[in-house]
Amino acid sequence: MNFEKRKDLLGLKDMSREEIELILDTAVPMKDVIRREIKKVPALRGKGMITVFYENSTRTRTSFELAGKYLSADTSNLAVSTSSVQKGESLKDTIQTIEMMGPDILVMRHSMSGAPHYVARNTRMRVINAGDGTNEHPTQALLDMFSIRERKGTLEGLKVAIVGDILHSRVARSNIYGLSKFGCEVRVVGPSTLMPPEIERLGVRQYFDLKEGISGVDVINVLRIQRERQHAGLFPSLEEYAELYMLRPEHLELAGDGAILLHPGPMNRGIEISTELAEGPNTLVNEQVTNGVAVRMALLFLMMGGRRDEIAA
Amino acid sequence: MQLRDKIVIMDEMDMKRALTRISHEIIEANKGVEGVALVGIRRRGCPLAYRLADQIEAIEGTRPPVGLLDITLYRDDLTTLGTQPEVHRTEVYFDITNLTVVLVDDVIYTGRTVRAAMDALMDLGRPRRIQLAVLIDRGHRELPIKPDFVGKNVPTSREEIISVMVEEIDNDNKVVIQELMS
Repeated sequence: MNFEKRKDLLGLKDMSREEIELILDTAVPMKDVIRREIKKVPALRGKGMITVFYENSTRTRTSFELAGKYLSADTSNLAVSTSSVQKGESLKDTIQTIEMMGPDILVMRHSMSGAPHYVARNTRMRVINAGDGTNEHPTQALLDMFSIRERKGTLEGLKVAIVGDILHSRVARSNIYGLSKFGCEVRVVGPSTLMPPEIERLGVRQYFDLKEGISGVDVINVLRIQRERQHAGLFPSLEEYAELYMLRPEHLELAGDGAILLHPGPMNRGIEISTELAEGPNTLVNEQVTNGVAVRMALLFLMMGGRRDEIAA
Repeated sequence: MQLRDKIVIMDEMDMKRALTRISHEIIEANKGVEGVALVGIRRRGCPLAYRLADQIEAIEGTRPPVGLLDITLYRDDLTTLGTQPEVHRTEVYFDITNLTVVLVDDVIYTGRTVRAAMDALMDLGRPRRIQLAVLIDRGHRELPIKPDFVGKNVPTSREEIISVMVEEIDNDNKVVIQELMS
């Protein structure tokens, strides 16, 4: 396995299927650890991890922190809103300062696409992208893939519909890159104003009609309508969006037998998903949260093997 | 890296006899198998644990529960290895608290695996006692650990490689000393 040659995890686009499989396989025993009474193993004793989120997030950051703690790494968080970043410190200087404090791994979220890539080139720390602008959110896609594989037994050849604001969605992009490597048929469904031009070049099919897009699929991944990114008036109102694209229980029936529903959270009930469906038996939202910790544990473990001087920066 | 068999130190019958004797010793030392469980250390300790359970059942009429332990996350060399070893599942689906747990492994060498296994076990519960059964003791201990039940003591040099082969994994049942082909 060639994971030792990988310094950073920036996206699924340039990851091999084998690497993804290794992460998903490693997450299985990690999930067992989370379920135990003593949720701690000594694997990453003496390793340091820091989370730096230039964009708000509670679940992803907490998930990374707990994943690190369950593996006995020392974790801390740089609270960007109360840090020197507010005094005008540049990204490069901030990262350099953090590096000098000695952590081995940097988990980073930024509103600019490509920011973690820039940082990764300028630090000896290993960098995990926890979401960059509208580019990628690889650990979300990995946990989605883990959740699908756990429920369906395999990823091979599944039909997956990603529904919502594809234009702004880094979750959609990472899922498309990841699922395509497993021979999945990926569809993207949403209003044309929220569909990036030439999205079909990624090997997916676009649908503007919800029912048409989800009919016969095994998995529906509903994206959150990111209200913080809707300034341009790309759809008339939330009410109209809900009217046309909100997932309801009858939609799951339209999809294939035993179809499952995913949502990266936090859910806007009554906008992209109905309350009834949000709590339905085939909705994996809660399971996804647990799986997120397991997948991040797997990733931290795999990335923190080896001495640092052996890794080409 | 190519290996060559130097000596066969146990064939299939020798292995079977050794496991039968260990089974009797486990029963004798614990005055039966009430409250006794077997936990095999991945990988080759696992088939051996099942075989011991079969033998004990044949002798005593009761089958002790068998669990499988993956010790990867407890290894003491994770930070110095170039690549992280693969992690597999620990499958101990019974409560080990207050049980006598017999750890089972194919070979004891430095003792570091057993140290890791004991730590892993303690995180699953509080056993009344831990015992250790191994098919081969090849010496060279680096920790103060001594097995309770041993199939065969084999004095070795550090350069030699001892391979326990089991049908379930290697399609063969034998113990061989191997050396690097030069």
